Amino acid sequence: MKNLKTIVLSNQEISPGYFRMKILAPGYNNTAKPGQFVMFRVQRSLPPLLRRPFGIFRAGFMPADCDSMQPKEFIELIYKVVGSGTEIMQRLHQGDPVELLGPLGEGFDLGVAEEEKILVGGGIGLVPLYMLAERMVETSRVRLLMGGRTRDDIIMVTEFERLGVETYVSTEDGSLGEGGMITQVLKRKLDKFPKSTVFACGPMPMIDAVQKICFERGTPLQVSLEALMACGVGACLGCVVKGAGHTEVEPRYLCTCTSGPVFNAENLDWNKIEVTVVGSGGCK
Amino acid sequence: MIKPVKNEMQPKMAVEIAGIKLKNPIMPASGTFGYGEEYAPYLDLNSLGAIVTKGLSLKPKAGNNTPRICETVSGMLNAIGLQNVGVDAFIKYKMAYLEQYSTPVIVNFFGNTQDEYGEVAARLDDVPGVAALEMNISCPNVKHGGIIFGTDPRAAFAAVSLVRKRTSKPLIVKLTPNVTDIQITARAAEDAGADALSLINTLTGMAVDVKTRKPRLANIIGGLSGPAIRPIAVRLVHQVVQAVKVPVIGIGGISRAMDALEFLIVGARAVQVGTANFVDPNAMATIIAGLEEFCREEGVADINDLIGTLEL
Ligand SMILES: Cc1cc2nc3c(=O)[nH]c(=O)nc-3n(C[C@H](O)[C@H](O)[C@H](O)COP(=O)(O)OP(=O)(O)OC[C@H]3O[C@@H](n4cnc5c(N)ncnc54)[C@H](O)[C@@H]3O)c2cc1C
Ligand code: FES
Repeated sequence: MKNLKTIVLSNQEISPGYFRMKILAPGYNNTAKPGQFVMFRVQRSLPPLLRRPFGIFRAGFMPADCDSMQPKEFIELIYKVVGSGTEIMQRLHQGDPVELLGPLGEGFDLGVAEEEKILVGGGIGLVPLYMLAERMVETSRVRLLMGGRTRDDIIMVTEFERLGVETYVSTEDGSLGEGGMITQVLKRKLDKFPKSTVFACGPMPMIDAVQKICFERGTPLQVSLEALMACGVGACLGCVVKGAGHTEVEPRYLCTCTSGPVFNAENLDWNKIEVTVVGSGGCK
Repeated sequence: MIKPVKNEMQPKMAVEIAGIKLKNPIMPASGTFGYGEEYAPYLDLNSLGAIVTKGLSLKPKAGNNTPRICETVSGMLNAIGLQNVGVDAFIKYKMAYLEQYSTPVIVNFFGNTQDEYGEVAARLDDVPGVAALEMNISCPNVKHGGIIFGTDPRAAFAAVSLVRKRTSKPLIVKLTPNVTDIQITARAAEDAGADALSLINTLTGMAVDVKTRKPRLANIIGGLSGPAIRPIAVRLVHQVVQAVKVPVIGIGGISRAMDALEFLIVGARAVQVGTANFVDPNAMATIIAGLEEFCREEGVADINDLIGTLEL
């Protein structure tokens, strides 16, 4: 792990307000695990002061060409423009200098091969599920439930389908796929495939609802959480969530950056989760 | 870079504070560097002047609810709530880790009563490898209506005096800027037996989410740090240096060598780097290299020759 001073390879809008950025990232292809993230430094000058956390969408390499004899490793981020940092990010071009700290955090546990897997992604929460699906399709049947407020929030459908993932789309306003909440689709799929393991990432209200459904059925669940982060390495203690068994007397705080961002649902305190995590999630 | 002759020499970077020898004047600010371990993958801990730990209390402390942090203009607010493992677990696990490094370890600590301060200091007193104690007096005095020790010169004097009796280690007292006249608390700490002073701790601040109309921090009020506070910190260090004889460690918004130099020139013997560690885990190494380069370019043979050289 180190701080990598590198450059942007490309940066394109893929859906209104959503961008896909490719960054030169030597060393990432073999080390980055599904669910891990980077602390991204948008520019050397201020603002913003702090780095911003982003899940790794994909890691890979470009074959060697005339310019370089070595294959070039890269990672891709997909981000939604929500504030000062992402507003600057959207204006970055090929060749612009950026910095990456990572890959950071605990990623997904791929679970038992052959068993059925259901991935649930809301809006920008679809991002870390791609690498996960990429690994899982080799050994398991993977179903992906994609949810969002409106059709613009449903990103990367073709990419997921190309992996051989079965995709099911729902939007709250019915502008794409089934109308309504993603959780109703989840309930139906779990009725049909009760032996599935669920992996979820998205806005907190969605995660919370998914947890209730899985808890009632005893379905194993891994969730990827978001939190406000300053350091990303376990030093600032700004990103904590309450772990299972947390009490005022015996506090059990877990750092989202080092114990997460992916947690086994049973390791978290779901009674108090909403106050502890950024309520709005990344899907606004 | 083009001044050839002066470029050759290797400037002396070592400084001394309260009898502790530091390789260079750069160390992390408490609470921004964990217990050291967190940054070891990114930075050679042996390259630092000292390591300053997260603040420790007698018992483990849970800390505040979230959100605990928020970014502001050129700075950040935090209300972590001094979450820590407690002094005993620190000695047993964290200190054992830090002992592999040659860098002096300064242990930051706090209490909510005079006696708690005294007890933590006493427990650290015979721990080998602890080079000095840094006493955080920006905590509420629960026995006296929650008034911050550091804002009440008498309470500060009493607490520092008590700690002084219970430790033989060099004692650094970390001052809060949230006072009307910092020279008064600085003198109170010195008179009570502090071997050095460090300042500034964070400035209290607040931010509001205008859509939800809620404070951005669960604790409502937090501590402001980062480049935004640097001019205030430089001013306060300048004032304290005039008021006391003991050495001063400058803290507040340092992220580049030039920032550190401002503090040294007004008279700080060393400096602490805080929020900048979050932005760049390598910040302190870059600052150390930058100080060396500045000395070389300016023909300064020893960094001590720069300290307290403010031209008025
Ligand atoms: C582990 C992790 C992985 C993430 N992965 C992605 C990703 O793949 N793609 C993506 O677009 N975003 C992702 N995020 C969220 C992303 O970090 C924030 O959207 C980003 O920091 C906002 O920066 P900004 O400066 O544009 O917004 P700011 O100006 O800082 O904030 C604007 C708004 O966004 C909210 N916000 C800020 N930070 C976060 C956060 N961490 N989580 C939720 N809301 C936030 C604020 O509350 C505010 O309302 C991830 C967050 C974490 C913790
Ligand atoms: S972001 Fe600093 S501890 Fe997690």
